[in-house]
Amino acid sequence: MKKIINTIIETIIFICGILSIVFVVLIFGFLFKEGFAFFKDYNVIKFIMGQFWYPDSNPALFGILPIVIGSILVTFGACLIVVPIGIMDALYISEIAPKGIRDVLKSSVELMAAIPSVVIGFVGMVTLVPFVKNLFDIPTGLTAFSGSITLAFMAMPTIVTISEDAIRSVPWQYKEGALALGATKWQTIRRIVLKTARPGIIAAVMLGIGRVVGETMAVMMITGNSAHIPNSIFEPVRTMTATIAAEMGETVRGDMHYKALFAIGLVLFVITFIVNFIADLFLGKNKNK
Amino acid sequence: MKFLKFSLLTFFFFCACTPAQYSGGSRIASIQIKGSDTIVNLIQAWTEKNPVFFNVSVTGGGSGTGFASLINDTCDIAMSSRLMEEKEKILAKNRNVNIVGFNIGLDGLAVLVNKNNPVNELTLDQLRDIFMAKITNWKEVGGEDRKIVILSRESNSGTHVFFKERVLRRNNKNARDEFAVQSLMLPSSQTIYYEVYQNPNALGYVGMGFVNDKVKAVSIAINADSKYVFPTPENVINGTYLISRPLYLYTNGNPQGVVKMFIDYALSDAGQKIVLETDFVPFKI
Repeated sequence: MKKIINTIIETIIFICGILSIVFVVLIFGFLFKEGFAFFKDYNVIKFIMGQFWYPDSNPALFGILPIVIGSILVTFGACLIVVPIGIMDALYISEIAPKGIRDVLKSSVELMAAIPSVVIGFVGMVTLVPFVKNLFDIPTGLTAFSGSITLAFMAMPTIVTISEDAIRSVPWQYKEGALALGATKWQTIRRIVLKTARPGIIAAVMLGIGRVVGETMAVMMITGNSAHIPNSIFEPVRTMTATIAAEMGETVRGDMHYKALFAIGLVLFVITFIVNFIADLFLGKNKNK
Repeated sequence: MKFLKFSLLTFFFFCACTPAQYSGGSRIASIQIKGSDTIVNLIQAWTEKNPVFFNVSVTGGGSGTGFASLINDTCDIAMSSRLMEEKEKILAKNRNVNIVGFNIGLDGLAVLVNKNNPVNELTLDQLRDIFMAKITNWKEVGGEDRKIVILSRESNSGTHVFFKERVLRRNNKNARDEFAVQSLMLPSSQTIYYEVYQNPNALGYVGMGFVNDKVKAVSIAINADSKYVFPTPENVINGTYLISRPLYLYTNGNPQGVVKMFIDYALSDAGQKIVLETDFVPFKI
């Protein structure tokens, strides 16, 4: 009897494990099928290098260069803001803060992850957008920069919690050894703790980037959604995710516009794949040492 | 024992999830209405004033979205601020959807600017040049020396399509003019209203229902010699205000049951009175 239950449970667990792979493969298959169908009717070079996105025009123009640049600009800006702050926050929580402060900080950072993105988007639209406009004296506050700040805020919990875990798992012997050799606290953190925890921190940053690239609702409300190639970070941009989200509702299954949105999804997938691949390279390098 | 408890709970959960059956009585089946953001407020006003329609759910998303979901059979009524396009009619035919349309009133599109913007009047030519980024500074149309921030709706919005056809393309079916790439495509009329409210550089277009005393609507004229007309219901009805359009409800086949009740109410005198109260223009007065 016990044996039968055992086998049943094992099978269930096995199916659950396999299920995620099956779903991933199915999603990829669907994405490739719909995305590649688009390239049969539309030149790939014209798609990637085209500067105009007018899907409803006649003839329709599907140039995604402005929205790819928009996505990259917003993501890059968000990283510049969140990576230093996030890592230092993690360092403070795990190495420096006294216990009382640490508990409060930790739970409030985790609470940040629970705020829905549409709420962050709305609060950003009402408070951050006018603030950015007045601060830099630019025509509108709906810019890539505002989007970057919002996204930085959203990637913060991911980066802080995962790097904090990595820093906490640095063996205490290393730290004590360094301190015993006369290193100051800063030297220990910089040379020993950060170096040992580096793979974990890079993984945290990459996961944070993944969250930023894929975020939709908040950027749609804040970046202005203007599909032109920006000259600076203080101009409105449009991201790939916002384009898909804003336009999917009007398309009818199977027409050019619908396939074009899947092709954008494909590009997005390629970008996240490259990010993950780089992260893996870094992680592998550190493990071999 | 625990397992038994769990499966019982699961069972009850799924029971609770199956839709309750309404068997006659005063209760009515629910109606799904989707489409133009412009008409959402009007539908809400109708349902609030008439408690029979307590079970109506209404979602925006744009006229295109409404048509797409009517064709895909995910709503009972599509709201639209434009006529159905040939392309969509063919798609509907292919899916055996028999489209029936009802004109429920008119809407004037107001061009909004910030309250602190000294510009009160624009000609159609100036509007066209602004939205196509040929005029980029307010001083070229009599305002202060500020850059113009163009606000537009997403391309799935009937408001977007109508404004493009009426102002940018001058009703010329062969024109290929588009909004400038610099224009900001905002996801709802509410966001356009809000950006205009807090940004003195911005200009955008929304349905007349969104105009209040926190923002300023601009008077429009055909050219500099003709009279500038302010968007009011009277001016839309007598045809002097240039940027106005009809509003429609579309159903799949002739409406039956509750859907018919709803549409009859919309076209009744009481329904049309509410059209006027929500700052739209009834098709008859």
